Amino acid sequence: MAKTDRKWMRGVLYGALAALSAGALAVPAMAQRDPAYAQARAQGKVGEKPDGYLGIVGSGSSGLRAMVDDINIRRRALYAEKAKSANATLQEYAFTAGCLAIARTKPGEKYQAPSGEWKTRTSSPPERDSRCP
Amino acid sequence: MMPVKVRDRLHRNNIAGLPFGRALMAKGLLMLGVVSLSGCISVNAPDKPIVIELNINIKQEVIYRLAKDAGNTIDANADIF
Repeated sequence: MAKTDRKWMRGVLYGALAALSAGALAVPAMAQRDPAYAQARAQGKVGEKPDGYLGIVGSGSSGLRAMVDDINIRRRALYAEKAKSANATLQEYAFTAGCLAIARTKPGEKYQAPSGEWKTRTSSPPERDSRCP
Repeated sequence: MMPVKVRDRLHRNNIAGLPFGRALMAKGLLMLGVVSLSGCISVNAPDKPIVIELNINIKQEVIYRLAKDAGNTIDANADIF
């Protein structure tokens, strides 16, 4: 651990806080996105869907599909676990996460509007389901 | 006793109008029979398939309740979000 890297330490602190309020202890500090995933996001090859999962924009390569499948399997497992402790259904939890994930997209990244159409995020708020917080 | 139908026809044809009340009663009975026969409710199957949008069942209040928790989950798992 590099104590001099204050930005990194702040990130760890926020992660720990989030873990604490979520009722989970001893969660490893938040990891960063895989470079391939970060690149696919930035290039608009993948985007956030309202159902809480990652989608491929257009026709992706088999490598991209495998990466997206892997991320979505991990997301689903996470949603299932968290939904159980929150007394909610998997779909409810995933949908809520989808609302937030779309809200957190950065300008230039892709997201799916309620109509099903892929949109590029701009500086203005994204088009989301009317039930989103 | 004449059958109701025949008697009714007789009264209808007799314009001089003998017992109008009885003729009316017979007509009423006939009408009742017809109405009760044709009064069935017919239910037709829709020609289009019934599509159930699962997301519709998710209530806004549930989403608001889960929002904080889900936000924390995303923060704590930044590698897959």
